[in-house]
Amino acid sequence: MALLTRRRLLQTGMAGIIGTGIAPMMFTKGAWAQEFCNNPTGDTVTFGFNMPLTGAYADEGADQQRALTLAVEHLNGEGDGGLLPTFSSKSLTGKGVLGKKVAYVTGDDQTKADAGRDSARRMIERDGAIMICGASSSAVAIAEQALCQEMGVIYMAGLTHSNDTTGKDKKRYGFRHFFNAYQSGIALGPVLGEAYGKDRVAYHLTADYTWGWTQEESMKNATEALGWKTIAPVRTPVGAGDFSQYLTPVLNSGADVLILNHYGFDGVNSLTQAVQFGMKDKTVNGKKFEIVLPLVSDLMAKGAGEAMKGVYGTSNWDWQLKDAASAAFTKSFGAKYGQPPSQIAHTSYVQALLYADACERAGTFYPPEVIKALEGFEFDGMGNGPTLYRDTDHQCFKDVLVVQGKEAPANQYDLLDVVATASKDSVTYDPAIFGGELGPDTAAMC
Amino acid sequence: MDAILAQLLNGLDKGGAYALIALGLTLVFGTLGVVNFAHGALFMLGAFCAVAFRQLITMETTTVDPGQLSPWGAPLEIKTPLAQTWFGDFGAVMIEYSVPLSIVLAIPVMLIIGIAMERGIIKHFYKRSHAEQILVTFGLAIVAQEVIKAIFGPNPISQPMPTSLRGAADVGLWLGMGPNVLTYPWWRLIYFVFSAAIIAAVFAFLRFTTFGMVVRAGMADRETVGLLGINIGHRFTIMFGLAAVVAGLAGVMYTPLVPPNYHLGMDFLVLSFVVVVVGGMGSLPGAVAAGFLLGILQSFASMAQVKGLIPGIDQIIIYLTAVIILLVRPRGLIGRRGMMES
Repeated sequence: MALLTRRRLLQTGMAGIIGTGIAPMMFTKGAWAQEFCNNPTGDTVTFGFNMPLTGAYADEGADQQRALTLAVEHLNGEGDGGLLPTFSSKSLTGKGVLGKKVAYVTGDDQTKADAGRDSARRMIERDGAIMICGASSSAVAIAEQALCQEMGVIYMAGLTHSNDTTGKDKKRYGFRHFFNAYQSGIALGPVLGEAYGKDRVAYHLTADYTWGWTQEESMKNATEALGWKTIAPVRTPVGAGDFSQYLTPVLNSGADVLILNHYGFDGVNSLTQAVQFGMKDKTVNGKKFEIVLPLVSDLMAKGAGEAMKGVYGTSNWDWQLKDAASAAFTKSFGAKYGQPPSQIAHTSYVQALLYADACERAGTFYPPEVIKALEGFEFDGMGNGPTLYRDTDHQCFKDVLVVQGKEAPANQYDLLDVVATASKDSVTYDPAIFGGELGPDTAAMC
Repeated sequence: MDAILAQLLNGLDKGGAYALIALGLTLVFGTLGVVNFAHGALFMLGAFCAVAFRQLITMETTTVDPGQLSPWGAPLEIKTPLAQTWFGDFGAVMIEYSVPLSIVLAIPVMLIIGIAMERGIIKHFYKRSHAEQILVTFGLAIVAQEVIKAIFGPNPISQPMPTSLRGAADVGLWLGMGPNVLTYPWWRLIYFVFSAAIIAAVFAFLRFTTFGMVVRAGMADRETVGLLGINIGHRFTIMFGLAAVVAGLAGVMYTPLVPPNYHLGMDFLVLSFVVVVVGGMGSLPGAVAAGFLLGILQSFASMAQVKGLIPGIDQIIIYLTAVIILLVRPRGLIGRRGMMES
């Protein structure tokens, strides 16, 4: 009689378990244990943070890195916990994610789509990143989001404001907490109408890529709805540095408002150069010439200095908000880095926590389950008031802030005034207007 | 009319930078016969002389005031520039005028960098092919930018212009057009005048000094000048240093217009070669004329009306001009007969 081998014993035992109908609960919960990209098997789970550490948006990338480092500390129970105590979901306990300590790897997307995609791929294939968070450019975010969809890795976008990110280019694996250009237009339009009147002539200078185009379109729609005329939308290269040749024609164009659809260093440069051209002191068509910077951050306000004073824009969040969550995040970030956090720091930090929380609520890192946990998720206590992660396009809906460069700052950080808030309901729109398909949530091996 | 004048002014100010860089590049090519791909890096190094000077005089002392709190509840840190602590009002003036004052630092630094570069590396490649010269100088440019990145970081660093020179001059009023018809930023006008002055100084130096006469003779026929017992090599080394100073000064004065970063040199590199090709390889007047011409063309191509007719023309106008020049007149606008012609 042949000896009972270990293999034989296992086969027999397994057949017995299945045959007797004893449901192996331990297996159903982890049925996908080895069936998705970078399933963490050790005692750590690796997040991939991909940021513009060089290029036109490098200032934003540096702050993004600070915030994401802080998020990992808080997830692992270090520091003061930041937003964990204020977050409405109580799944995160400061003991990592699903019992695993959070580790992270970083990459430089160079503010370029191809470099960002390469860097994200490297983090997934070489470093075993289970999710990618980052980007400060919509072109980069859209490229990385598409890659993550192919590779079955969840992408928590950083600062991306193009309508396309959760519109025509949306992906099942991509999620955006940041607001978008359409919402900027809805929020900013009425404030501009109130401040500058209904009879204005606008000239647009627009960054020549997806974000600039959708921002220009959204601002054009919003201002033309007020009764403004648009003279010319002029496209400018990203990272141009010197915008003087585009600014000179504005002077004699008959426009009395210049709308700068620029962000990061481009926004700082074009705004300061416009002020150097004396545009803030001009009178055109019997009205004071005005400059609008529809998307603005503290970092840009700091870079632009005096030029930012009185200029309107919109923001996703501001460190001077008075709610408990904003105060907690500002305190935590300020204590560690000696400066208040910017909006990109906030949105990136929140995205990292939201992903970790979704894993905890799903009870697994298996991406399709994590996606389900994020879709339609309603939360509060993150500094933006009640927020919805809409399931149809993976866009977050929350209040949008209209800000203005402060005329008399109380200190070096007191740069923007929140002058109006567009409610979550007012900036909610039909996802069909931007088209796109989310695609499947099929898990993939990488 | 006023729109065209404004665009012309813009072209002249942009062209000033192109002309200064191309002038230095042509000096090096004309004297040493070296195609110097590190010339853009010299422009960048000049800009960082301004950055370093400002960082030096704005080094701060930090005191903590426990009576005041930061927005996140920590005791407030109060920072005071050392220059102001030591020199009082004069220190404040130094900080205010840091960009023009940094010229004093940039001249010797750029001269030393230029001479060291020529004596240390480039002189070993005089008899090599242009391809090898391009490789070695391009390598030098990359080393220079990586060094700057390591020291100053990857981000652009703003260099404020003096407060009194911010804002715009009423150029229209000077031209009898009435107030506020044609305004143009003061610093850009200064940059144009500065460029013109440097160009004039270089031409005067070459034209009216014995040293310049020898250099010009050497550019025309190096061998004959050598046969006369003149050490033309030393003079050419000094000319390399002078070219570095010209590029460096162009970089210093450019900093308030666009905050410099380590990549600034590469942004200008290809452009400056196009300027030299359009002007005519080795032709100093050609480099200056082409610099201003291309600046003006680029400026006009950026107007909404022109871009409306040909989208993207602002991005290609300079290269398009170079293609046309190379096809129609390969020696460039003011190039020597036979240069780049078969």
